[in-house]
Amino acid sequence: MAVYRSVRNLDWTMILVALALAGLGILQIYSATIDTAWRSAWWKQVLFLCAGFVLMWIMARIDYHNMLGHVPALYAASLGLLMLTPLVGSLVWGSKRWIPLGFGFKFQPSEFVKLVIVLLVARYLAELRSDRLEGRDLLKLGLLVGIPCGLVAMQPDLGTSLTYVPVLLAGLFFGGIRWQHVLVIAAVAALLMPVGWFMLKDYQKARLETFLDPMRDPMGKGYQVIQSKIAVGAGGIWGRGVTRGSQTQLRFLPVAHTDFLISAFAEEHGFVGILVVFGLYFLLLMQIAQNAQAAPDRAGMFICMGVCSLLLFHLLVNAGMAVGRMPVTGIPLPLMSYGGSSMLSVFMMLGLVNNVRLRRFAA
Amino acid sequence: MRYLRAEKEPDLAPGRPFFRDEAKFAAGKIAAFQYFTLAVFIYLLLGYWDLQVLNEEFYLEKAQQNQIKSLPILAPRGKILDRDGRVIVDNHESYRLILSRDNLRPAHLRPIALGLNIDPAELEAKVHRYRNQPTYFAIPLKEELSPDELAFVEAFRGANGFPELELIKSQYRVYPKDGLAAHLLGYVGEISDAELNSPEWAHHNPGDLIGKAGVERYYNDQLSGIDGQRQVRVDNRMNTREVLGVKEAIPGRNLKLTIDLDLQVVAELAMEGKRGAVVALDPRSGDVLALVSRPAFDPNRFASRISAREFSELVQDPYRPLFNRALQAQLAPGSTFKPIMALAALETGAIDDSFTVHCSGGATWYGRYFKCHRRGGHGTVNLKTAIAQSCDVFFYAVGNRLGIDTIASYAELVGLGAKTGIDLPGEKEGVVPSSKWKIRTQREKWYAGETISVAIGQGALTVTPIQLAYAIGGIANGGVFMRPHVVRPEQPEPPVRKAGFDAENVRKVVDGMCAVVNGWGTAAASRIPGIEMCGKTGTAQLASNELLRLKNSEDWHDNAWFVGFAPGTNPEIVVAVLWENGAHGDMAAPIARDVIKAYFDKKARMQKLAQPPASLAAAWLTPPGAGKENR
Repeated sequence: MAVYRSVRNLDWTMILVALALAGLGILQIYSATIDTAWRSAWWKQVLFLCAGFVLMWIMARIDYHNMLGHVPALYAASLGLLMLTPLVGSLVWGSKRWIPLGFGFKFQPSEFVKLVIVLLVARYLAELRSDRLEGRDLLKLGLLVGIPCGLVAMQPDLGTSLTYVPVLLAGLFFGGIRWQHVLVIAAVAALLMPVGWFMLKDYQKARLETFLDPMRDPMGKGYQVIQSKIAVGAGGIWGRGVTRGSQTQLRFLPVAHTDFLISAFAEEHGFVGILVVFGLYFLLLMQIAQNAQAAPDRAGMFICMGVCSLLLFHLLVNAGMAVGRMPVTGIPLPLMSYGGSSMLSVFMMLGLVNNVRLRRFAA
Repeated sequence: MRYLRAEKEPDLAPGRPFFRDEAKFAAGKIAAFQYFTLAVFIYLLLGYWDLQVLNEEFYLEKAQQNQIKSLPILAPRGKILDRDGRVIVDNHESYRLILSRDNLRPAHLRPIALGLNIDPAELEAKVHRYRNQPTYFAIPLKEELSPDELAFVEAFRGANGFPELELIKSQYRVYPKDGLAAHLLGYVGEISDAELNSPEWAHHNPGDLIGKAGVERYYNDQLSGIDGQRQVRVDNRMNTREVLGVKEAIPGRNLKLTIDLDLQVVAELAMEGKRGAVVALDPRSGDVLALVSRPAFDPNRFASRISAREFSELVQDPYRPLFNRALQAQLAPGSTFKPIMALAALETGAIDDSFTVHCSGGATWYGRYFKCHRRGGHGTVNLKTAIAQSCDVFFYAVGNRLGIDTIASYAELVGLGAKTGIDLPGEKEGVVPSSKWKIRTQREKWYAGETISVAIGQGALTVTPIQLAYAIGGIANGGVFMRPHVVRPEQPEPPVRKAGFDAENVRKVVDGMCAVVNGWGTAAASRIPGIEMCGKTGTAQLASNELLRLKNSEDWHDNAWFVGFAPGTNPEIVVAVLWENGAHGDMAAPIARDVIKAYFDKKARMQKLAQPPASLAAAWLTPPGAGKENR
């Protein structure tokens, strides 16, 4: 049987869409940082893109079944790195998320742990060999995902820790959770909400409060959301043009090259630009789901849908917060926001999807 | 542990259904997930549609408001000059300190207050007052920082110290020291909420500096100029990126007063340590040459944002330093009213030249004994000697002949009981009692016995120093009354009133007043050699209810008045002096004498300077050739 594992058998539709998005991202990073201290960010992002591309190929080459075989070791290493981060991490904006690597590069373990979570969920659920999940499986898997989740939340980086949850939820959905369990989980979550409120840090509470009512403190906590909405709205249908958005260029928009890149993009390219970007993202997600449909086994399907749900969550939270439809969390927009760790981890995830695709006829 | 693909190891365990490891089972769920993804995208797109398509204009305007700011260019306030163009009030540039509330930390308040010599409790109260304002409203902390305060701010400003401190350059008024002309000049201050709501200041904005008193207030519009504006494009740190347009500030106009700084200084020095007022007018034009009120305050304290404690000290001071006595002290004129009585009597024909009265130290009118101030009496007095020696008994008789309503009509004719209309705020009217006045205010009829008190400037009669100078100046000027002013009007004003007094009658009154100083009158000690100064002393008793209020025995002394002018015919200067609790009018006369002497000394000096130079100097100064043409 022919083995379709050459470069031309990669999912080029998905890759080209991803490259287009990354390209738009680099353009926007260039425009948003043109006369700031970050003006070298765009070519760094080009380097990250190239590195990501290589990593994607590597991730596609190693049989994902082998990777699944190493999940315990990967999981242990992840926990180790996450526990190491608070010890050696560099403090940025009040939290320790990065491990310095030298030469000005920093490494964000929590971004790469996403991959391990995807593999972990896939392996656990595939090994169950059942279409129905028992209560103890739920608890075990919940605990396995919950530990790294908690470690990241303590950095504190609630946003990134929350990105692990949709992988788990998607896994449970596809793994066959019972509706009775869904009800129980929902009830427990509803009960824990008030308790969780007291466990949130003050700034996290403030962010939630601000999400509910941004005008309560327009120059303080609500500032980011208000400025982001102004940027998006001022873009109009056709946009203000590259390097011509006043909100972005005069820096009223905070962190316009990372977390609020989509707002800067919306200001300079308008609703039309947003339609294009969302169209590309939709194509990307559908292509990943398509690969899940064609997966040779359950594990492959879980991997693809884990990646798919994770990217969807990123997109929803990041693009939603820019228009005030989601609370402010420091989650980057996949492929577009400036940031090496994010770029590399997304391309590695796409590598995983390609990995599954390349082995779809293996039986 | 190695992961094993399921199909290589078919699961045949009992109790479990047949299981095939393939993805097909999830096809339906994946489709459901795809629809869910579509829903998420629609949700997000609706958010962008709402902002970018439906509300584009709203947010475009917000973006414009963000970046385009109008920054005020403060117009420098006009200087205030004296009649010779000497600067009395100037501006200087200094720093003001504001407390930005965006990054205010409550723990910093105490060290900041201590470093800047502010009462920490007062600062905390101030911060508390602002709690309901948006945080970008900064709190003005202190103006006119002293060098050590500036050093404190420079040392601790910035992210590592007190990031809430911000310095702003601005202009301040410089007033003369020691309260010289303080009441005349007034002071400036930030417009208050009450003033903002009044129509007078309708076109002003919060935070504007306006004149609060004196000339600063009356001529605020001329002095303040018009602030300019700079439209700029700014970034989020308010750094200017681009200047879009500039409207230059129009500086305030310099204001030339009619005040003569030389006379003002003489009058101020003469009043040093006393309570009272001095007003010097030119009766021919109404020019105010000097206007003093003591005790005074230091207007410079107001320029640098006076503290609440300091202000309440000024307000609660029993001697009321903020009170402009020259315009606002309404007191019984005492004997200085007698020239007006004399003129009224002559004009109405109530007395003639042969009218004499025998003074034995007092007389009984309407069942009450009225004393003369000289116990032994003046003997037989005529009009001239009665004025010169200030014989009360003579004027009791005159007052009795005239009746209260005739006295009142003449008092009003010379300007008492009404504002003189001087171009300064807060002037008071005083009181000219009459039978109508008594019915109106006290619902009682006038008793003839009260007329006797009014005849010597006591009773209900009250005047202000400026009124007295205006009235006596107008009489001495032949009945032509000019509105007093500290700034000469653009168009020469017609007289307020031409009373049409008989020149002969005026001369008789003036003769009497000349005798006060130059004869054997009550102010003979204040004679100036070579200058014909005329005047009238006054010793006014305080009303008995006032006595009760004042505990200090020195405050029980009578008020001393003097009003004088020179020369006797066509007078050039009239001076009214009030010395509160100065005991006797002859104590006030030297003050007027000093001012009048200073006036004529200066006049002589200026004439000497204006004289053609002596021949040798002329030869030096004449340009070569000029002389030949003349020949």
